[in-house]
Amino acid sequence: MDKIIMEHGSGGRATGELIRDIFESQFNSDVLSEMEDAAVVPGSGTIAMTTDSFVVTPLEFPGGDIGRLCICGTVNDLCMRGAVPKYITCGFILEEGADVALLRRLVKSMAETAEEAGVKIVAGDTKVIEGNGGIYINTAGVGFIPDGVDIKAKNATVGDAIIVSGNVGDHHATVLSQRMGIKNNIKSDNAPLQDMVGNLVKAKMPVHVLRDVTRGGLGTVLKELALSSNTCFEIEQDKLPVDPQVESFCGLLGLDPLYMGNEGKMVAIVPEECANECVDIIKSSKYGQDACIIGYVNEPGDDSEKGSLILKTRIGGRRFIDILQGEGLPRIC
Amino acid sequence: MEISALVDFLQNYDGPKIRLMEVCGSHTHAIAKHGIRDLLSANIELLSGPGCPVCVTPTAYIDKLIEICLRENTTVATFGDLLRVPGSKESLNEAKGRGGRVAMVYSPMDVLGLAKENPDMNYVFAAVGFETTAPVYTLLLDQVQAMGLENVQVLTALKTMPGAISYLCENGAQIDGFIAPGHVCAITGADYFAGLAEKYQIPFAVSGFGDRELVIAIYGLAQMVINKEHVVKNYYTSVVDSGQNDIVVSQFNKYYEKADVAWRGMGIIPGSGLVLKDEFKKYDAGSIGLDQDNKRNKACRCGEILMGKCKPSDCPLFGKVCTPMHPEGACMVSEEGSCFNAYR
Repeated sequence: MDKIIMEHGSGGRATGELIRDIFESQFNSDVLSEMEDAAVVPGSGTIAMTTDSFVVTPLEFPGGDIGRLCICGTVNDLCMRGAVPKYITCGFILEEGADVALLRRLVKSMAETAEEAGVKIVAGDTKVIEGNGGIYINTAGVGFIPDGVDIKAKNATVGDAIIVSGNVGDHHATVLSQRMGIKNNIKSDNAPLQDMVGNLVKAKMPVHVLRDVTRGGLGTVLKELALSSNTCFEIEQDKLPVDPQVESFCGLLGLDPLYMGNEGKMVAIVPEECANECVDIIKSSKYGQDACIIGYVNEPGDDSEKGSLILKTRIGGRRFIDILQGEGLPRIC
Repeated sequence: MEISALVDFLQNYDGPKIRLMEVCGSHTHAIAKHGIRDLLSANIELLSGPGCPVCVTPTAYIDKLIEICLRENTTVATFGDLLRVPGSKESLNEAKGRGGRVAMVYSPMDVLGLAKENPDMNYVFAAVGFETTAPVYTLLLDQVQAMGLENVQVLTALKTMPGAISYLCENGAQIDGFIAPGHVCAITGADYFAGLAEKYQIPFAVSGFGDRELVIAIYGLAQMVINKEHVVKNYYTSVVDSGQNDIVVSQFNKYYEKADVAWRGMGIIPGSGLVLKDEFKKYDAGSIGLDQDNKRNKACRCGEILMGKCKPSDCPLFGKVCTPMHPEGACMVSEEGSCFNAYR
């Protein structure tokens, strides 16, 4: 079995072999192995649920692959509501001609990332369609929200500090470098953030908003949050953490790191008085060593500043940042 | 002088009103990006001229690309900035949604790989640009010939700057000084604009794209206006020389000849465009005569905005019917467009 063929999606013997040989053996999950129509899992309390589909090209890139990405994406979406991620389901859409050795590597990567993130893969599905060897994955996730945690976009309050958990633009720059055949040492930052968020929650930090910085980049994410809370976000260009190599790469191609996606970075909006403590907690968590405060949530000066994001430029000017228009870079996740 | 002293001067200037125009889309973008307008006194006005190649392209060109992408076995390859530009009826993105073949690429050279892998597919590259981008398309054609590819063509909308600047000066745009396009000057040399400076008695400052570079050039240009010095000064010496880049010029001479082409809002300007020479016509997908400009919304004032006759905020559509999400004119689509950059 070198390549996926239509028969692998028949529901018959070939499908069974594919599931046993590739998925079940890697995922090593007692619930999944029951092979029931639905997974039955324990849990109680307030539930967070999310789903996300992954169509990135190329499927493997420096620092990660679609397998790691599809676990991180769903785990991080759950974390952004303060939830502890527990269960994941996955749906594969395989085009005929997909390479089986590649699929095996991706599934192994999913299993390893799920273990790192502390989630169990409890249900799955596979479909095969005509095509040209493409692989697409959908994941859905369930997590549980600890008592007293209330994290949501419209909670941003005047006086809050805006924290970003590390360098922006790495994943986007990685995928673009691969597609353009540009050699550099830029690596995707795709990573699960349950440790970082868990540490903030455990320390009982009164976090108002968390948001992962994915497609659209930091500029889009912050503008959306400013709109949700109808406040005025002000950030400083000098404080934005950007890897120097990513910055030069963007400069060469005329890209703006503010609109470049990540897959393992988050924005935290917290009351100013505990901002430094939150930064210290994030910095001491996995994947958070470059965290810093980049700005503050302010009272809008006039009506035109309501729901706005203002960047103070290096030379002292002010620039109003809008959400990303157009496509940016398609299919980065 | 320290940069802060230049900023102080520009911020506190209270002499007669000075109207400066940048004629390079990357300058328009950089000025917005660095918040430069915020640093200028109300008596120094910065206008965005016809420097965004997408914005000055008439709708007939977009319509032609749409017609091509809907042909059998034909794909239009383009940079991302053209995808959302409205033609007379729809954009390339909309045409793609109803079955057109459009590939977004980051470099024209990407077409070579696509054409080689898919010999049964014809590729037409949307070759839009000024003096800066035009050389890249000659390299593409060099490679197409070297590789013996029979399935690559270009649809050109190539323009050169002097014709547009003459037009502005002769048609009442009332500009006191031009920020000369840094990238164009890297190709042509700063002296390219010397004849215009003398003929129209107007100063030019060649500028780079960084925050400090822009402040220095704008300060220098304001000083030239105040002192009535009608010359070209080069403030981008790290990249721009006074003379031309000979390699690029020989590529131009090999492939292109001057032509009368249409600019949105300004009509046909004699000798202001580049088209492929007769011996390379087989690589042209039908670029001649795409002069019609049938705006989707007649109230759109793109043309006057490009000429500095009105500001984006003077257009009745700006920010209401016309936004980056739902653009009526190209100036609202492109990252280099004056309306896009004025919108917040």
